Amino acid sequence: MRGREWSRPVRPARREVVSAVPELEQGRPPLLFVPGFGHGAWAFAEHWLGHSASRGFPAYAMSLRGHGGSEPAPEATLRAYTHDVAQVAAGLPRQAVLVGHGAGALVVAHALARYPARGAVLVAPVFGGWKVFGAALRRNPAGTLPAVFGGPLRLSRGQLFSRELPDEEARRYVGRLGRAGRRAQWSLLGEPAAEPAVGSPPVLVLGSPDDRVVPASTLTRVARRYGSAPLLFPGMGHDMMLDVRWAEPIDAILDWLEKEPVAR
Amino acid sequence: MSTSTDHGRPDPEGTPSAQSRDVRPLSDRSDTVCVIGAGASGLTAIKNLREHGFGVDCYERETGVGGAWNWRHDRSPVYASTHLISSKPFTQFPDFPMPDSWPDYPHHSQLLSYFERYADHFDLRSHIWFGTEVVRVEPAEGDRWDVTTRSTGGYGPERTSRYAAVVIANGHNWSPKLPRYEGLEQFRGEIMHASSYKDPAQLRGKRVLVVGAGNTGCDIAVEAAQQASRCWHSTRRGYWYAPKYVLGRPADQVNDSLLALRVPLRVRQWLYHWTLRLTVGDLTRFGLPKPDHRVYETHPIANSQLVYYVGHGGIGPVPDVARFHPYAVELADGREIDPELVIFATGYLPRFEFLDASVFGDSAGTGRPTLWLNAFTPGHPTLAVAGLVQPDSGLFALSHWQTVLFARLLRARRDRPERAAAFAQRVRDRAGERYSGQVKDSSRHWFEVGHADYLRAVQRALHDLEGK
Repeated sequence: MRGREWSRPVRPARREVVSAVPELEQGRPPLLFVPGFGHGAWAFAEHWLGHSASRGFPAYAMSLRGHGGSEPAPEATLRAYTHDVAQVAAGLPRQAVLVGHGAGALVVAHALARYPARGAVLVAPVFGGWKVFGAALRRNPAGTLPAVFGGPLRLSRGQLFSRELPDEEARRYVGRLGRAGRRAQWSLLGEPAAEPAVGSPPVLVLGSPDDRVVPASTLTRVARRYGSAPLLFPGMGHDMMLDVRWAEPIDAILDWLEKEPVAR
Repeated sequence: MSTSTDHGRPDPEGTPSAQSRDVRPLSDRSDTVCVIGAGASGLTAIKNLREHGFGVDCYERETGVGGAWNWRHDRSPVYASTHLISSKPFTQFPDFPMPDSWPDYPHHSQLLSYFERYADHFDLRSHIWFGTEVVRVEPAEGDRWDVTTRSTGGYGPERTSRYAAVVIANGHNWSPKLPRYEGLEQFRGEIMHASSYKDPAQLRGKRVLVVGAGNTGCDIAVEAAQQASRCWHSTRRGYWYAPKYVLGRPADQVNDSLLALRVPLRVRQWLYHWTLRLTVGDLTRFGLPKPDHRVYETHPIANSQLVYYVGHGGIGPVPDVARFHPYAVELADGREIDPELVIFATGYLPRFEFLDASVFGDSAGTGRPTLWLNAFTPGHPTLAVAGLVQPDSGLFALSHWQTVLFARLLRARRDRPERAAAFAQRVRDRAGERYSGQVKDSSRHWFEVGHADYLRAVQRALHDLEGK
């Protein structure tokens, strides 16, 4: 029974979706990239979309409401973000693979209970909880503390990228960051448990042991929840899709998809 | 989980590995499940069975998906202006939301495009044999089923295939239920069942009598009020006409706010009556009969316009029809009216002409099967009916969970037979159970279920099956 879904459905919102599709249809499942809090579809449009398309996967990236080019939504909740993902996924021509980054991975985990994805990839997943909050507070107290009181969560360059990324580029990316709804941010303080995924899709978890947002132990814990071990990329920052070595994780994801029955 | 059979058209020549009862060759489809019908319930059955690892052959007599909601199908009851009467969240499949850009109550053409998209999105069409109708379904040894098919319309040879299980999703809103009236045969005006009504042009400029106060009857009466030169609306009893919007929101969503809080039925009835008094007012003032029952005791009618057109004189409410004369219709109160066109919106009866009625425990042949959860039949653990419910909400979410339960039951028969056996015992013990409060005893309410009570019952059955 999902009484709340029926009696209080999520209010519709206009959403930004950008795409890159291969020139030749190769029968591969579409990928839907879901950015984390503060990020928009642009974060994937930079490198990963084009690269996926060049390897034959139709690739789509969306901006959650209140992010990127989507409609402003300061009061958005985790439930509204989940709704956004299920809406975009169901609107794709074929059953999609959901790829969530950061807190977007948490949104994907919730969306998996509302949409039977072909598979899911959780990149540097931020599933909330006190440990992640403590790490963020230690590394960036000025950017983290206001979020507790409903202010914006401001992630620093050092938290998001490795040192190899040129300063100018890093500044440009940080300048594009927005903020999530305060109610959605608060939900990260707890650890909102997702319902079981529909249709038992295969799930891949990957991240970096040098991520300054997600501790390595959290990566292991999330991966274990889905019955696997995390795929690690040492030396990379939290925003793997924007860091210098962005090609390595996306190639690993696409390799995994090709090997898994999901791609067939 | 792997699929134990390839999917593909049952081999027409077959490698006759067995013989059917009347010694016809049959092709053995091993662990494949047969789904009858590619309407809403059939589509969700294919999807959920595939998701649980089963091979599926679906037979659809028409050439497209959508069943009743595909207006091109000759058995489709929809007409040009049909809109949903349950709002989007109540109507959509729970794992495939309707687009946010659609209105609260989508048009039937949107619903058809929704089913077509569902079929394409989950790649279901490759499992459906279009233009193929099921002639016979017979139990075979080992809880398996022999399904005999042929091309729609009776062309071509019959072919029999043996399946591990069968899901019947042939719909129950296509075989018209026509009432009998004295003198009906002598009536010289035009008579039609609502299933033949397609377009308001059929009403234009005519004197029309609409019989029946179901949602279809009310919709047609409203159209007749706008198109016909005169419209009478005959109802056997008074009904509660609920508006589609209350407090600026779809009425079913407001109602479910109370259900989510588990407000008792009596309190909900009182609140409902109070809301109707505020919005619709006293119906007897309009000449409509006073309802002889409380709300929730008949299938809900969602129509904001009926009372409006009665108030504008466009619809003349009249009592039940007593008898027909060649050029007039006599009403129960003795009055005579002279319609040119009579539309019977008197509903439909389920038909399973391909199945021996005794399989469903309907040895009396009434057409009403005895089932548990309106889906499972005692003594036949590999047979399920999907969508044989008349809910106070949309139907598709219920079909979805019915077929999920059936897919998990089939899985349990293989992996955890003791749980499947316990399930079969529950089917035997509880067949015929109802999932609504007290409702009027008529064929219209044979399959009436309260969606919340029903889904909770399915949820309990799922938990029991999986030992949660």
